[in-house]
Amino acid sequence: MSAVTASSAVGASVPATPARSRAGLFVRRHPTLVAGGGLILLMVLAALAAPLFAGDPVNMNPLNRLKAPSAEFWLGTDHLGRDVFARVVYGARVSLQVGIAVAVVSIAIGTVIGLVAGYFRQADAVITRAMDGMMAIPAILLAIAMVALTGASVGIVILAIVLPEIPRVVRLVRSVVLSVREAPYVEAAKAGGTRLHVILGRHILPSTLAPLIVQATYICAAAIIVESALSFLGAGVPPEVPTWGSMIAQSRQYLPVAPWTVFAPGVALALVVLSVNLFGDGLRDWLDPRAARRG
Amino acid sequence: MLSYILQRAGSTAIVMLLVSLLVFLLLFLAPGDPAAVLAGDNATPEQIARLRASLGLDDSAAVQFWRWLSQVLQGNLGASIYSNEPVVHLMAQRAEATLSLALATMAIAVPLAILLGVTAAHRAGTMTDRALMLLSVVGFSVPAFVVGYFLVWVFAMKLGLMPVQGYVPIGEDPVAWARHLVLPAVTLGLTYTALIARITRATMIEVLSEDFIRTARAKGVPMLRILLRHALRNAGVPIATVIGIGIALLIGGVVVTETVFNIPGIGRLVVDAISRRDYPVIQGVILVFSGIYVLLNLATDLSYTLIDPRIRY
Repeated sequence: MSAVTASSAVGASVPATPARSRAGLFVRRHPTLVAGGGLILLMVLAALAAPLFAGDPVNMNPLNRLKAPSAEFWLGTDHLGRDVFARVVYGARVSLQVGIAVAVVSIAIGTVIGLVAGYFRQADAVITRAMDGMMAIPAILLAIAMVALTGASVGIVILAIVLPEIPRVVRLVRSVVLSVREAPYVEAAKAGGTRLHVILGRHILPSTLAPLIVQATYICAAAIIVESALSFLGAGVPPEVPTWGSMIAQSRQYLPVAPWTVFAPGVALALVVLSVNLFGDGLRDWLDPRAARRG
Repeated sequence: MLSYILQRAGSTAIVMLLVSLLVFLLLFLAPGDPAAVLAGDNATPEQIARLRASLGLDDSAAVQFWRWLSQVLQGNLGASIYSNEPVVHLMAQRAEATLSLALATMAIAVPLAILLGVTAAHRAGTMTDRALMLLSVVGFSVPAFVVGYFLVWVFAMKLGLMPVQGYVPIGEDPVAWARHLVLPAVTLGLTYTALIARITRATMIEVLSEDFIRTARAKGVPMLRILLRHALRNAGVPIATVIGIGIALLIGGVVVTETVFNIPGIGRLVVDAISRRDYPVIQGVILVFSGIYVLLNLATDLSYTLIDPRIRY
């Protein structure tokens, strides 16, 4: 879509646009998309390749307590003599895992419920009320309660963050379905005797894709923040797994003497969420220009 | 108008009923037998069974829900497992600190966000606008506890301008009260400000493109007056809505911010309850916070007629 507009804009005077300048044009048109996406890619690669270069995130060495950043320890060491750089790199694994899983699962469940709510009037009232009820419970409190009840594990944390996100997806999908269900092509498909799952899957679902992809990035960013907050509060994944939230919680009392132990995971966290949000804004401008104009 | 209020109040009641059902299920499905906990380690199975029966734990879920709900409606949220004090009492003791923090945050965030949003909309497309919007994305992206520790490190530890943490009741020393609230309120307000500023900008841009604004400009009305009297009044409804919806962000943020700044509020109460597995406290706080959120959103909806006289129900 953008390739067509890009080449037609330039192609008016130059018939054949070389691939490289087309890529350059894309970068100039969508700087946030490219910058955010590049940073995310870099961090995913670093998280995956952590065992190859990051060092040991759990090894304690009392002789190296609270060492300032140096050539040996790039981001210094914490109060137990653990390498902060290694822990920051390994911490990315939990954050990215939770962020991506929550985005995928909540979009999948929310889309199904949203399609049903938007298409079947009888189901709509019940579903909408239930979603209002779910949205009324503050996400962090619900997650705290679930983790406190069932014990800490990555799966529970993901589930606890998915639940409050589902209503947002349902609302989005429902509103798109409501706007296209009376469209002539859907009426035509119905009149032609097209089966229900084909109408929903092939005629209605595609209209929800662009806003859903954009929404997925925002959910991912929110999920990373909530996961870190849960770990920070001591209601997240098991404490022996290095996460950015738990690193900050364990190091906060050393803030005056060893600020790097708090700020290294903090900056990493802010950077990941910022790149995901920038990537989402870029995607929205690219895929869903109408929403972009609305702000 | 009256029928609209009744209808909105009715659907609010249904939502609250659903919320209380969800909250009840959280405790009902909790692993472990409360009777066994209460009876202590030396209790025989028969004693536990007797206690179960006397507590009504053998009744069906529906009966237990009804009994719990009728207690809640009478203002009884149960007692803490840890201290045996009524949950309502525990929350009341800590309400002042949390309320102070929330109100201070709104007092800083709402005017600042509207100012930033109006400025960005007035200069839409310029560098000022882009810088402000980039700043709002950053505001969304940096979690409260990261901002909090950064502010503490700079303004309390390095510059010594503000207290590091803690809370002073307003009745004890109003100046100390205010000084202790500045950093927490800024921390908690960052995301909230970013959210309101974005919506303000988007709505203002829409309103500024309308005919009556052009007419006002043609008449020679000063720009500041156009922005504040003509445009902002007409952008009021979406802005009020986002201020209401954003309360959910504040409530979640209170828990984190009170932990960072060691403020003895309701948020700290929940965090302490996590490690003690003090379910009645967690349940009570969720119920009350959700209720506040739902009621504030009802109030926002009803305020539309005040903001925009064209809206009639």
